[in-house]
Amino acid sequence: MPTTTIITGSSRGLGRALALSLASPGARLGLVARESEALRDTARAARERGATVLAVAADLGEVEAAPGLAARLLEGLGSPSLLVLGASTLGAVPLAQVLDTPDEVWLRTFQVNVLGGLALARRLVPAMILAGGGTVVGVSSDAAVEAYPSWGAYGASKAALDHALRTWAAELEGTGLRLLSVDPGEMDTAMHHDALPEVDPATLQRPEAVARRLLALLATPVPSGSRITLPDWGGAA
Amino acid sequence: MNAPLTTMPAAAWPEPGRDRLLHVRADGELQALSLDALPTLLRPGDLLVLNDAATLPACLAGRVRGHLVELRLAAWGADGRVPAVLMGEGSWQDDTDLRPSPPTVEVGEVIVLAEGREARVEAVDPRSPRLVRLRLPLVGDALLAWLYRHAWPVQYRYAAGPLPLAMVQTGLAGRPWSVEMPSASRPLSWQRLLALRRFGVGLAVLTHGAGLSATGDPALDARLPLPEPYEIPAATVAAVQQARARGGRVIAAGTTVVRALEAAALRGLPPGPGTAELVIDAHHPRAVVDGLITNMHGPGESHFQLASAFVPVALLARAHQQATAWGFRAHELGDVALIGV
Repeated sequence: MPTTTIITGSSRGLGRALALSLASPGARLGLVARESEALRDTARAARERGATVLAVAADLGEVEAAPGLAARLLEGLGSPSLLVLGASTLGAVPLAQVLDTPDEVWLRTFQVNVLGGLALARRLVPAMILAGGGTVVGVSSDAAVEAYPSWGAYGASKAALDHALRTWAAELEGTGLRLLSVDPGEMDTAMHHDALPEVDPATLQRPEAVARRLLALLATPVPSGSRITLPDWGGAA
Repeated sequence: MNAPLTTMPAAAWPEPGRDRLLHVRADGELQALSLDALPTLLRPGDLLVLNDAATLPACLAGRVRGHLVELRLAAWGADGRVPAVLMGEGSWQDDTDLRPSPPTVEVGEVIVLAEGREARVEAVDPRSPRLVRLRLPLVGDALLAWLYRHAWPVQYRYAAGPLPLAMVQTGLAGRPWSVEMPSASRPLSWQRLLALRRFGVGLAVLTHGAGLSATGDPALDARLPLPEPYEIPAATVAAVQQARARGGRVIAAGTTVVRALEAAALRGLPPGPGTAELVIDAHHPRAVVDGLITNMHGPGESHFQLASAFVPVALLARAHQQATAWGFRAHELGDVALIGV
């Protein structure tokens, strides 16, 4: 189990569930999310479980803040062995078709979902390589593969993140650094409710269960550059 | 920037794709190459040691008794107790040496900084009153967050414009311990580093907090570099010992790496933190480092003096002259040389 983990988008949903799954005595967690009571609450809950927590309030969409963000995380926690890029925005809700989505929404969606995460990862991965390796996980979506009407900006941003990680994996072959994209499937989260309020939450996966399954996946030798659809993955939960 | 007179022009801005490397061999041969040729100059089994310090935004606007000052942190300190240099009013475009003197401060005095927060003067250097020891208003991560909100990186008058923080980082930047960029590794792209590793050259890192290169006070500049903190991971100590045991050479990427390794070697090269206080010059018997990658430095610069621990001063001077004729560029954003191996 990794000892130092950095999670973006850790105040809610899968990010929070991952943080609390990993929170235990000896675990070191870097929690990145926008300034909110939810971030403070996740940090508090993780500390109560014995983890050392550095909570960093930041808007990943502000790409120029990435050098400071990375420096604070590395100074406070040292090099991570696992980095989860979970921070995502739908852009605007209700979701709109390509022709109806304003430029600002496209821009903001790509800033948060692609550029901010990559800008942070690019500044953490060197330390990970020099420390012998580690794993970077980009949280993806089936919208990155399927063409769902009204999911254009979100889906395109997730596809872009997937492809950047796949290319990066090819470049870093042999370094011990593993880059993966994981589609967690549909979960009962605030984001899912924002996107599809008509869906009955009882029909969706619990983020806590998905977090456990994701960590089980990471414990297996999935090769770098893979894109895993978690609901289809054959491993034990 | 307090540069000595040299005929080598400064690189005023990073030039993407520029890859010039000067090779200064111990036998006196000089060669201009591409950085991509680095594997042909090193051998499998050699070890390249790099400084992974990120560059901290170390400059803050402040006010002392109604006078505007620029405060330049001379080192990072998580406990908020740091050395700093006070500069008079001015901007990056002004020659550091020609800026008005800052007001003389006394122990206990307060400097008002961003968000109205106050730094307290805990000590004043007896030889240069602009060098002070401060207690900053915050500690740890809150201090870093505040600095990243309000401070800017040390600027260079030769630059074509104000340098944003991202432009004064190397590709290895990790913990923010440097107040100026450890610039020798700036042109060492990851493509080049990974090519070296595939070729069989080991890569290892240490963290060394590079201090200020200019203070605006000639007497203080003459004492540079001030003592600098470093930390050498156990894995790097092991890599150095293994490289030497198998007959490999240890190459330092940057003068900071030389200072850290040679300072630690005086204590038997233990892993962990230390402070580099030694002056390295032609008389310094090198214990660990065989070769150096550094920016272009001319006679009179402290880095030139340090490089003379690797090859004779006369050869360094000739190399600088030749590199100038070959169109090499000086300073933090300029070209690099491999010296001594």
